[in-house]
Amino acid sequence: MRLEYFQMVDRITALDVTAGQIQVAARVPDQSPVFEGHFPGHPILPGVLMIETMAQTGGWLVLAKLRFTRMPFLMQVEKAKMRSFVEPGAALEVSATLVHEGSGYAVINGLTRSGGKKVSEAEIRYGVVPFPNDTLRAAMLETARRVAVPEELLHAA
Amino acid sequence: MASTYETVAGIIADTCDIEPEKITPDSHAINDLGIDSLDFLDVAFAIDKAFGIKMPLEQWTQEVNEGKVSTDEYFVLKNLCANIDKLVAAKAA
Repeated sequence: MRLEYFQMVDRITALDVTAGQIQVAARVPDQSPVFEGHFPGHPILPGVLMIETMAQTGGWLVLAKLRFTRMPFLMQVEKAKMRSFVEPGAALEVSATLVHEGSGYAVINGLTRSGGKKVSEAEIRYGVVPFPNDTLRAAMLETARRVAVPEELLHAA
Repeated sequence: MASTYETVAGIIADTCDIEPEKITPDSHAINDLGIDSLDFLDVAFAIDKAFGIKMPLEQWTQEVNEGKVSTDEYFVLKNLCANIDKLVAAKAA
């Protein structure tokens, strides 16, 4: 994870677009300016960044399912729970399951585990729209390769 | 079993926190009930789940934007319900 750049996902460890499931690995950095403020003397990953991590995880699932023809943007977070502190250096396993693929929107359930224990969960909804420009689409494809989205899912079938 | 209209009106009342008596078959979801796009996303998700369908919201939006139909066709509740019934029938066929 590079918190300052909102790069929350390190790599995809399992992806099944037919079943609508994804799992990713995300290691919380040992050091980050984020921890200087959150909190002094008690560094923990902010809950909003746990939500962002689940949103990005589900986002990769939606992107792969749509073969990068459209972009999911976070619209709504429901039933978010932060169950325990996540400290610097923690190895997170984040999973997402597609609950519903609507017309122009998608819904996933996200779950974060650390050391086998649930640390956060949320239902996340996205507006799914055409890419606003080629720059963003190119950047998403570049990042997709970094996090190991299979090459065959990067292009329309 | 609740009618399509009763189900949809119930979803709108619950999701958008609108008093049920303010909702009628002739209500326009946006113009009369003031449902915004984010609330409509909730409504659409609940309708899709309740009826086991996928409302083609993008297609409907495109038709409205191209001037082919007025928003009444999809946002007046009795018309929305008629369209839901068509989608349910098409799915069952």
